Amino acid sequence: MSRVSIQTTDFDLSAEVAALRAGDAGVGAVASFVGTVRDRNDGSSVSGMELEHYPGMTERAIEAMIDEAQRRFDIRAARVVHRVGPLRPGDQIVLVAVSSAHRGQAFQACEFLMDYLKTQAPFWKKEATPAGARWVDARVADDGALARWGIQANNA
Amino acid sequence: MKVQVRYFASLREALGPTEAVDVPAGSTLGGLRDALLARGGRHAEALARGRAVRCALDQTMSDESAVLRDGAEVAFFPPVTGG
Repeated sequence: MSRVSIQTTDFDLSAEVAALRAGDAGVGAVASFVGTVRDRNDGSSVSGMELEHYPGMTERAIEAMIDEAQRRFDIRAARVVHRVGPLRPGDQIVLVAVSSAHRGQAFQACEFLMDYLKTQAPFWKKEATPAGARWVDARVADDGALARWGIQANNA
Repeated sequence: MKVQVRYFASLREALGPTEAVDVPAGSTLGGLRDALLARGGRHAEALARGRAVRCALDQTMSDESAVLRDGAEVAFFPPVTGG
């Protein structure tokens, strides 16, 4: 299966994890992260959002992140699904799933991929609030999260 | 030489999705940004120094010192907010 999917449709965590470890009896651990749309952000209620991306670059950037995770951690496979287009509060946005022989490397690689994706993958969120639509600001804390892995983000 | 410039998110709303731009050989990403700024109007506002603008060259995150080649795909966009 492909390692990266950018799609408007929802994803099924169970099906994704089953596919990730199918046919690999060396897998002893799967760690996954699912990001979802909140109904509040920066002091406003949020009734929905639109996710824009840079087709082509997005896939390349995430493929490169998975390559880097494979170099840094003893993992067997990784999968990233990120949705684009209109989304509502409660919807799933992003999935990162990693398989490995033991839990430690799976947990770490999953967090590494998510930290990397937050500041280096070209996605932009525009949220609908009672005061109108607004582009979401990048967070300095997300740059800090990537810095823990020794990578300078320069995003926010 | 000619490069294709793409804009995303708030920059796309201000400047449109894409435009072809003539630049002198040896130009950098930062030089291109300055040339676009010098047009004034919406470009000057959207790409103003002091605004957080990130860039990519041929679909790879790059800094403004990156040197352009003829036919390059350049993109300017705000800080990314995925995940």
